[in-house]
Amino acid sequence: MEDILFYDRMQFAFTITFHYLFPQLTMGLSLMIVYFKWKFLRSKIEKYNDAAKFWMKIFALNFAMGVVTGIPMEFQFGTNWAKFSELTGGIIGQTLAMEGMFSFFLESSFLGLFLFGEKLLGHKLHFITGFLVFLGSWASGYLIIATHSWMQYPVGYEVLENGKFILNNFGALFSNPWLLPSYLHNQAASLVTSSFVVAAVGAFYLLNNKHNEFGKLFVKTGVIFGLISSLLVAFPTGDWAAKNVAEHQPVTFAAMEGIFETEEGGSEIVLIGQPNMLEKKLDNKIAVPNILSFLTYQEWDAQIKGLNEFDESVHPTNVPGLYYSYHIMVGLGTIFIGLMLLAVVQLFRKRLYKTKWILWSLMFMLPFPYIANTTGWYTAELGRQPWLVYNLLRTADGASPTVSSGNTLFTLLGFIGLYLLLGLLFLMLAGKIINKGPQLNQQH
Amino acid sequence: MELFWYIVLMTMLAVYVILDGYDFGAGIIHLFFAKEEKDKKAITNAIGPFWDANEVWLIAAGGVLFFAFPTLYASSFSGFYLPLIMILWLLIFRAIGLELRGQIHNRIWEIIWDKAFGIASFLLALFFGVALGNVVRGVNLGNVVNGVSTQEAHYFFLPLWNPTFSPQAEQLGILDWFTVLLGIVGVVALTIHGANWIIFKTNADINEKLKRVVFNLNFVLLALVIVSLLIWHVIEPQPFHNFFKYPWLWIFPVITFTGLFGLFKVKSFKQHGKGFLFSSLFLGGGLASTVASIFPKVLPSTNSVNPDLTLYNVAAHEYGLSVGVYWFIIAIILVITYFTIQYRVFKGKMDDVGYGEH
Repeated sequence: MEDILFYDRMQFAFTITFHYLFPQLTMGLSLMIVYFKWKFLRSKIEKYNDAAKFWMKIFALNFAMGVVTGIPMEFQFGTNWAKFSELTGGIIGQTLAMEGMFSFFLESSFLGLFLFGEKLLGHKLHFITGFLVFLGSWASGYLIIATHSWMQYPVGYEVLENGKFILNNFGALFSNPWLLPSYLHNQAASLVTSSFVVAAVGAFYLLNNKHNEFGKLFVKTGVIFGLISSLLVAFPTGDWAAKNVAEHQPVTFAAMEGIFETEEGGSEIVLIGQPNMLEKKLDNKIAVPNILSFLTYQEWDAQIKGLNEFDESVHPTNVPGLYYSYHIMVGLGTIFIGLMLLAVVQLFRKRLYKTKWILWSLMFMLPFPYIANTTGWYTAELGRQPWLVYNLLRTADGASPTVSSGNTLFTLLGFIGLYLLLGLLFLMLAGKIINKGPQLNQQH
Repeated sequence: MELFWYIVLMTMLAVYVILDGYDFGAGIIHLFFAKEEKDKKAITNAIGPFWDANEVWLIAAGGVLFFAFPTLYASSFSGFYLPLIMILWLLIFRAIGLELRGQIHNRIWEIIWDKAFGIASFLLALFFGVALGNVVRGVNLGNVVNGVSTQEAHYFFLPLWNPTFSPQAEQLGILDWFTVLLGIVGVVALTIHGANWIIFKTNADINEKLKRVVFNLNFVLLALVIVSLLIWHVIEPQPFHNFFKYPWLWIFPVITFTGLFGLFKVKSFKQHGKGFLFSSLFLGGGLASTVASIFPKVLPSTNSVNPDLTLYNVAAHEYGLSVGVYWFIIAIILVITYFTIQYRVFKGKMDDVGYGEH
């Protein structure tokens, strides 16, 4: 049984990690494309329309990747997590079905129009189709996070004698206190990714001394969006989400912060250190006293329960993984704010395009928002373990009863191979589009 | 309430088959009949702006299945584990073949993605026919061995095939001679359907040839349908039971055969969309007839130990199903609006859309 559960978890983790590399860009980028198109409508300066067209190409490629890697996600609830689906389908099926009906149809119908309909529609209608694509992708995120929130903090349900969860309050799914902070945090983080990508491509052009006009536009737009979104990720959304964890999942909170022992007089915030799971303590720790208590409860001496106070059966299954994920996310988030702040300062001093080291930094930052988004999701998902539905249904009880480990490993290997190919093709084509660059006054 | 969602789900699946069916069919035509570059271009232009939205019907139907009939979703998706995952891989290959082909102008590159697109389309048409065959034939619910369930009554697992390749063995496989026969019906029917779509949406030179293909394949399809109906009696002794009980159901077979016989006139159609209409009638009518035949079963049991899965014993709880009606009605009105807009803007011939050229 251990093997099959491990493969089921690996397959879901691998496919969802790969999948989410694409929507995190498309959600943020759709907003930025709408912004470029809006600037064009207001100013009638062709540059903005050309910028929108250029990013639409990147968007279309990412969107296609998101769609083809997204279909397996919906299937896998049934193929690999049949017991979970059977028991909770009446509830999480609601939000997942709504995602299909409300957002996928909207996105896909108007994406075709947005990509191929500019001539047929005219600029105003074309702008509207772009806006609808943006709306669809953000609605999709909302419904997925509503599903996620129910698993983290189940509401509006009743458990029958046969173990089935049934819905008894539809509205509760959407007034779930977990939902809004998680959603805003996630959307801000998605904007961080798109801002960094736009800025990195701009920096690439400027450093290359190619497409300088667009390079400046992309860097400028990227760093302004980047500073705003990086700040929003941390405060208020990240702060709010963390307080939710502290309140409703104290054992998760202790594990992700690396707090093994309850400290009288307030807990320190751990900056660096390695969880020692044998001796239940943190090795080589660098920490600042009392800060964690203050950040969480606005009181320097507030008590935070350490991991060792909880029964081991409810500890997150992978404490070091959870701890590192969280610390990588927070560490990167802090670096993002710092870099974007410097860049915006230089922008206002009109020196940004000449400050080479910032441009190089922006360019090399490209992968890091992806890492931050991914580790952020790992924090949420590893933090929920060992539960599928927090405190109610264990992960071990959710897997498909009839699928053997041989079959799951077979499909896991298949997904790894296929996604490796997809990833290579994606990088090649994205590289090609970026290297070619935007076309001035492009006649399509 | 179960019945409402059952009708919704079956309708959505039929819409999916009709819409993505022409995508697969176009892929098969692309594989076997499109020799020249301009024919290939015409085909990808005819489906390019639509395939993605068409595939959303599969995702949306999957979502409705998940929420309205969670037990069926859990049972069938885990039981048909391998073929479902393979369908996913094929859908991915098909999509990247279609999307990536035009990105680089290189002979080898184009050949690879043409074949990926064509072969994946072919296999998908085959698999969907096989899937229908599996549902009609039923499965060994509870994995019964020697009269004893080895699993919970509503779970099962099927390997891809068993050594006897027979639909009447105790231990079944996904592929047997009955399900493969339906798979071939699927391939032929969707090839015709795809050809009709290309004729409808393009002015390609290949269209005259495709009309002959439709005409000839239609004889094959007719023969296959007759054979399948005869064999059906072996699998299910009383396939027309429901039709005698509710005579109005005969409308579905009538629609099916209207579509089938109508296609023999393909060469004389004046309006280019007419062929597509008839093949849609055939597909929709055929699916509806099948569903009507096994109603209220959704997955029959082939053993006498565990009961069939019916729409009543796999459905979600009443409250969830009722509250779903509200959002579903709003959503479906929106969906119809989007589709109307989309098909209006892209009405007529698609030859100049320039799909996949970047």
